[in-house]
Amino acid sequence: MNQSSSEAGANMSLALRAWNIRRKALLMGQVQGQGYIGQALGVADVLAACYFHALRYRAQDPEWEGRDRFLLSIGHYAIALYAALMEANVLPEEELPTYGMDDSRMPMSGMASYTPGMEITGGSLGQGLGIAVGMALGLKRKENPAFIYNLMSDGELGEGSTWEAAMSAVQHRLDNLICLVDFNNQQADGKSTDMLAQVPEEQKWAAFGWMAQRVDGNDMSAVVAALDAARAADHTGPRVIIFDTRMCKGVEFLENREITHFVRVEPDEWATALAVLEEGKPQ
Amino acid sequence: MTLASMKRKYEPRRSAEGEAQATSAMIASLAAEGYETVAAPFGHALVEAAGADDKIVGLSADLAKYTDLHIFANAMPDRFYQMGMAEQLLMSAAAGLAREGFNPFATTYCVFAARRAYDFIAMAIAEENLPVKIVCGLPGLTTGYGPSHQATEDLAIFRGLPNMTIIDPCDADDIAGMVPQIAAHAGPVYARLLRGAVPRVLTRHKPDYRFELGRAQLIRDGADVLVISSGFMTMRALDAAGVLAEDGIDVAVLHTPTIKPLDTETILSQVQKGGRLVVTAENHTIVGGLGEAVARTLLTGGAAPTFRMIGLPDAFLEAGALPTLHDMYGLSVRRVVEQIKGWM
Repeated sequence: MNQSSSEAGANMSLALRAWNIRRKALLMGQVQGQGYIGQALGVADVLAACYFHALRYRAQDPEWEGRDRFLLSIGHYAIALYAALMEANVLPEEELPTYGMDDSRMPMSGMASYTPGMEITGGSLGQGLGIAVGMALGLKRKENPAFIYNLMSDGELGEGSTWEAAMSAVQHRLDNLICLVDFNNQQADGKSTDMLAQVPEEQKWAAFGWMAQRVDGNDMSAVVAALDAARAADHTGPRVIIFDTRMCKGVEFLENREITHFVRVEPDEWATALAVLEEGKPQ
Repeated sequence: MTLASMKRKYEPRRSAEGEAQATSAMIASLAAEGYETVAAPFGHALVEAAGADDKIVGLSADLAKYTDLHIFANAMPDRFYQMGMAEQLLMSAAAGLAREGFNPFATTYCVFAARRAYDFIAMAIAEENLPVKIVCGLPGLTTGYGPSHQATEDLAIFRGLPNMTIIDPCDADDIAGMVPQIAAHAGPVYARLLRGAVPRVLTRHKPDYRFELGRAQLIRDGADVLVISSGFMTMRALDAAGVLAEDGIDVAVLHTPTIKPLDTETILSQVQKGGRLVVTAENHTIVGGLGEAVARTLLTGGAAPTFRMIGLPDAFLEAGALPTLHDMYGLSVRRVVEQIKGWM
């Protein structure tokens, strides 16, 4: 569905797109010697399905009025979105080594004014969904059929503003709004399910009036099916997909490390991680 | 200390008029006797502006009726969004509408915008320099409900926010004049609002007065004192100037409705005329508002007049009747006169 089909590799598999996103994220992490690589590896399948299956956009015209809007509420996931935007040719891959450097267009936390394809400034968590509500209202005013996608973290489910927006999206029948929740069950101080995400999230969203799905966010066919169902659903309100994802997915020795919000990777391990990823390259 | 021991004792208090007064309704008219009033100037001005700009939309967080936005909502129902009692959402959604090319006017009370929704205004609106117009009722001390509704520090909070234009209008004409000008402004605006029956003050003292965004204007000239004021304190300063004239004290009043960016050029040129006591007067804590902004302007501009400030104390204020509170905290005409005389 995306409009960059003239680009080389149009027939590339989603699995390979996800692998490319993981690889670019690791390369960026290597540049800085740090980064939210655990989250990037975990969410790569969801981003691949979004940018190479679900979203309508023009790679060379990221502000095209007809585009689906993709909001990154979780600013620290920027490393993952930069990787996806480079894979989608929205961002030039030559800029990859500048990640997080002075004067880079790819700061450590995502900001709208820095980066083509970055719709909002995230990072103060719990703001994306409210902005998405306003943009969805605006699209309806303009009779623009595009969708708004808001990618948020499970930690943001603890912010009251998320639920203000969730109620409002139902009140205003925003069937053009699709919320994507990356449920990796890991926050800064511990597990999300040990904090405010104890009640099954899909039940909360459904009770609020959303069409709610919960799928394995690292199972590409399940991710694709959920995105298709969210877009096509005969439901007068907004839609949410909760993706259960595994931090560090695709790099086994990191997957098996004690998982924390900010995964430590030693200087010599970046190359190892890239080599491990290489072994798992899809055909 | 137990909690109970912190409770106050009942001690009857008397107003300037001698009798204890009842706390007025949430929105008391500020008009002194003799001033003509205009009903809901913001609502009517917004309807007119929206007739000329089809990108204007209105949003409120369950306070449309109390910010005069209901006039707009009734006139243009398909351009009004009721966001419910959710100020964080109000500001984020206004940001989203602005991102899609609209010109949103979002209303609530000053306290809820400045305190509860601040991070959303800062990051979703101001950091992105989006043209969201935040127009808020109950500025400073305009209700006797106590600190939950008294926005005594809103200007200090928003002055620290880059990109934000801040307006503290005096009267119905200021509000009617400000609406189309902020609608045409390309960045975010925080405007304090007087609603309901709003007095018409400035043209009575200066018939050709017209609000101009970013400009301070001399409403009345005088040789002894220069009052630099904003909001309804300009009305109090003008009334006080009339009283002081009877005692031979000649007071000039420079009305400064745009708090940021401050019209430093006009302020400095007025102050540099020299020889006058300079007094700032604001419906806001003396911390971080117009007074301190003027003080910085004078110091960095090399002007060193005798300088005094009229404003609210650095304290959580009491509940009670508004006239009683204005007298207690120095904002009444009587107290403005008294303070200026004491400094002469």
